[in-house]
Amino acid sequence: MTFAVILVAIVILSVLFHFLSPWQATPLASNWGSIDTTITITLVITGIFFVAIVIFMAYCVYKYQVDPDRRSEYKPENKKLEWWLIGITTVAICGLLAPGLIVYNDFVHVPSNAVEFEAVGEQWRWSYRLPGTDEKFGRSSVSRMDEINTFGLDPDDAAGQDDILVAGNQMHLLVNQPTKVLLRSKDVLHDFYVPQFRAKMDLIPGQITYFWFTPTVPGTFEILCAEYCGIGHYNMRGQIVVDKASDYQQWLSEQITFAEVLTGGTVEGLVEQGQLLASSRGCLACHSIDGGPSLGPGWLDLFGSQESLIDGSEVFVDADYLIESIVDPAAKIVAGYPPVMVAYQFSNEQLDSLVAYIESLSTESSGSPTKPAVEE
Amino acid sequence: MLAQTTLAPVAAPRSRFQRRSASAKTGLHLLMAAISSMFFLFLLSYILRSQVSDWEALSEPWQPLAQTGQLWINSALLLVASIAFELARRNIDRPQQGNSREFLWLAGLSSFGFLVGQLVFWQYLTDRGYLASTNPANAFFFLLTGLHGLHLFGGMFAWMVATYRLSVVDKNLDSKSISLAKLSVELCATYWHFLLVIWILLFALLSSSPGTYAAIAKFCGLGD
Amino acid sequence: MAYVDDAEHEELHEPTSFYAKYVWSQDHKVIAIQYSLTAIAVGLVALVLSGMMRMQIGFPGSIDMDSTGYYQAMTMHGMIMVIYLLTALFLGGFGNYLIPLMVGARDMVFPFVNMLSYWFYLVSVLVLIASFFVPGGPTGAGWTLYPPQAITAGTPGSEWGIILMLVSLIIFIIAATMGGLNYVTTVLQARTHGMTMFRLPLTVWGIFVATILALLAFPALFVSGIMMLLDKTIGTSFFMPDMMQFGTQLDHTGGSPILFQHLFWFFGHPEVYIVALPAFGLVSDLISVHARRSIFGYRMMVWAIVAIGVLSFVVWAHHMYVSGMNPYFGFFFATTTLVIAVPTALKVYNWLLTLWRGNIHLTVPMLFSLAFIVTFLVGGLTGLFLGNVVVDIPLSDTYFVVAHFHMVMGVAPILVVFGAIYHWYPKITGRMLHDGIGKLHFWITFLGTYLIYFPMHYLGFLGMPRRYYAYEDYQFIPDSAQSLNAFITVVAIAVGVSQLLFLFNLIYSLFRGKPSGGNPWKANSLEWLTPDTPPKHGNWGESMPVVHRWAYDYGVPEAELDYVPQTTSGDEVPVHESDLDE
Repeated sequence: MTFAVILVAIVILSVLFHFLSPWQATPLASNWGSIDTTITITLVITGIFFVAIVIFMAYCVYKYQVDPDRRSEYKPENKKLEWWLIGITTVAICGLLAPGLIVYNDFVHVPSNAVEFEAVGEQWRWSYRLPGTDEKFGRSSVSRMDEINTFGLDPDDAAGQDDILVAGNQMHLLVNQPTKVLLRSKDVLHDFYVPQFRAKMDLIPGQITYFWFTPTVPGTFEILCAEYCGIGHYNMRGQIVVDKASDYQQWLSEQITFAEVLTGGTVEGLVEQGQLLASSRGCLACHSIDGGPSLGPGWLDLFGSQESLIDGSEVFVDADYLIESIVDPAAKIVAGYPPVMVAYQFSNEQLDSLVAYIESLSTESSGSPTKPAVEE
Repeated sequence: MLAQTTLAPVAAPRSRFQRRSASAKTGLHLLMAAISSMFFLFLLSYILRSQVSDWEALSEPWQPLAQTGQLWINSALLLVASIAFELARRNIDRPQQGNSREFLWLAGLSSFGFLVGQLVFWQYLTDRGYLASTNPANAFFFLLTGLHGLHLFGGMFAWMVATYRLSVVDKNLDSKSISLAKLSVELCATYWHFLLVIWILLFALLSSSPGTYAAIAKFCGLGD
Repeated sequence: MAYVDDAEHEELHEPTSFYAKYVWSQDHKVIAIQYSLTAIAVGLVALVLSGMMRMQIGFPGSIDMDSTGYYQAMTMHGMIMVIYLLTALFLGGFGNYLIPLMVGARDMVFPFVNMLSYWFYLVSVLVLIASFFVPGGPTGAGWTLYPPQAITAGTPGSEWGIILMLVSLIIFIIAATMGGLNYVTTVLQARTHGMTMFRLPLTVWGIFVATILALLAFPALFVSGIMMLLDKTIGTSFFMPDMMQFGTQLDHTGGSPILFQHLFWFFGHPEVYIVALPAFGLVSDLISVHARRSIFGYRMMVWAIVAIGVLSFVVWAHHMYVSGMNPYFGFFFATTTLVIAVPTALKVYNWLLTLWRGNIHLTVPMLFSLAFIVTFLVGGLTGLFLGNVVVDIPLSDTYFVVAHFHMVMGVAPILVVFGAIYHWYPKITGRMLHDGIGKLHFWITFLGTYLIYFPMHYLGFLGMPRRYYAYEDYQFIPDSAQSLNAFITVVAIAVGVSQLLFLFNLIYSLFRGKPSGGNPWKANSLEWLTPDTPPKHGNWGESMPVVHRWAYDYGVPEAELDYVPQTTSGDEVPVHESDLDE
């Protein structure tokens, strides 16, 4: 009796939980309402089976509980009943599969009026590329990547000259414009996932993958990495800003092309060179420059501060300490951060420029302790 | 008819040896199924990987596998081993076991020759700078021939057991030791035939032209 | 009733020394216990790791665990639970103990290979545990070990941990193959007089088909493990593509990461059924015995097991819908995946129809079996979400997946394991497990796991990605999600700690449990009919059992008692033919 009651209670509470739960899908911001519909269909069909089966079980447990004076029925088989049950199940399965495959057919067929952009993933950040006025992407390969040419484009490919490169984590899209995302990874597997858009796809190094959607709601949306990619996986963030036409054109006009990157490749000034290095060599994937949380110690106001090490000692952050931490990261580990950084190789000039850049991020670059270390 | 009908006559219980013999054969068949699954998956991976542009097929005219003389010699040795096992198996019921013992020795020696021959070819490849890490085609070559060789090497222990059991038969001609020796030889013969078939498949695939790989890949829907 | 097989009898020299009997034993029952205890011990490690992960998720920063440690715990938890606990326990533990007893054999057909299987398994576990103590710690690559990330910097344990992991897996596969050959051959060749294939208890059918799957599927893991090991150690490029990591070009070229995924899931999906099919079999027997009713639709149940086994080889890419494989594969794999739901659903119906018009004893094994049906039902139905390609797209890699597979292949099989241990413990030890402790353990485990995993699906609907060390500052995640995570953690810790009740019960009842007699549940199958309890070496004493009927004659109208053991001849109680099978 108790068990039967508890089974019924499980059913009732589960159904109630479904309707009262504050945790539901995020508000839709793309054309993939049809995916939400398939989820609803699946919920209804599976929900009916769940309720029916558990209630039937509760009934059996209640009705046929042990009675020493009674024997169970001896009827080992009922082919007709079994075939009926198989039939009903098959119909239900078709009810799930058919709408699913119809919507999937839309998912794999990119509309002809879709515009393309490329999202490039690396541990643990995003960058983006647009095909430019010729609407063609230039050739790219990992072997051509270096500090300047972070996208690995072929300088001899005419189609690549007008490609627009977006180095930051933020990308802008035009609202109500069908968009095909080409996905490329520099290192390991990643996955481009915006919960509000519903669709997602993995990035595979050595291969270009794609999917499409139409953003329908202007606003800012977070990109999450949804394929495990190492210790910084949970922190591999990006942003999609969906703009109305005027805002989008404004943003687009501020971006630089690959040709401009090539000609402006020799950056003047130590700090600017350091900034370029920090961005191209991936430092900024783990070291925030705006005081936000990051995998390694943030660089804002780092120079000239005191840091607590895991052995309990303190260290004053100066040029020597920074250089040591870059070429031999394991020498001094700051408390509160995992010892995960690999040793980097830079020329002395490059190290100087990096230090200069980090120094420029401190409000008082005089070299005196300005504020206590964050970890204290 | 439902499961609980016993009306069908039940065979008389088998002797202990019959059961042991049947079990050993079943076990070997299952083992061969598992090994086949492994090589099948390796070959599928091979085909898939061969469609990437960095693949330098070993069978191109200027590559080592264009001249397969050494491998043909090795193949012949393995074929001899397989035939010798078969002859040993067929002769074992004859009086005094026919020439089973000689055939068994021939099988063992030619198998050993096969393994040495494979190592000689490995040496030839590494001497010419074809290391596993230099190209995936090389890596697959070493991997597949190496695993095949390891399985043959493992079989050599069974061969030793068979040889030992047959030598015991010569001393005491009781039915039990004859049956045991026969079982051993039978199992070895089956296993060697199996390894020969695997080797022929490997040899054919490894020395095929890139065009063949592309065709197979296309057939399997793997290449794009 | 029974016949004497002299030939069988001659081999029965029971080992006498302690070592021969309990350590280097070739007795299937001892090996089964060795397998089980090792699996449970290593499973406890994995349980503790999951508790640590839950603390970090529910109460971030409450324990000293950085993201490196979190990902290491996550990887080891998954790998241990799936491979080293569940696979080893169902095949090495239950398979070893029950197959020879249920088919009426004196032992496995290759006892020496059987012993080797255990020792290889033990070595694989020790290598795995050793990886906790090498520089850099165990691998944190996720239990799927996807390259390139599994063997490159930026992933914990990419120096030594991953090498030990792969070596351990390779050793495990050799162990599983040696065991597997034994189980299948024993079922095919060592059945006693009268035991036809269609009189085997469903437990044997489940383990039998699962073992065949293991023999054919584990090679895929072996193949991928070997190739990744070579990529890691000698720099080949089977799976490793051109890569630029942290600003440095790596030496690898052209490898295919997605090839690894295909190989891994060609193993990985059958692996789900390697765990599930034995559970199906065991639970069928538990339900039939404790509902005192013949299992409903025995032959359909057998064919369902076989059909699921075959289909499990053509559904693997449903784990890869968003992996970037050719998108047109999605149509095929969604269809095969949903087709597999039909035989699976049939099994659920037949369990329920076995209850219907039964005479249900709510014993502890029965409670666990019924709880299994509920849990498996939820896990199976949510599988229909993830199998249907377009529904999977928003849900993959979210907590929905975590909740689904924990329900279907974590909690559900574990509930069967508990039920089966409560059921067969009397045969193994001669004593009953304590009923009161058992019921307490049951209620905490059943309701607790439901409370953990049912709400977790909704975090998946919300879009919370899995394998995240922390969720700070994500705008789409409301604060209430953190409260739910904290709640789940509290329940999870309680369920985890309550497993001590079970361990206590195992040890306490070994000494103080009520003596059980040979057949405490009044069951039909052969393992309850041994002359001694626990069965001695050779199982059957002087004479082998002869089988006259299937294992499910409960409630036969003509019989005096409500059960008819398989050795009862047709003269005493008629052997029925089906009413419906003309």
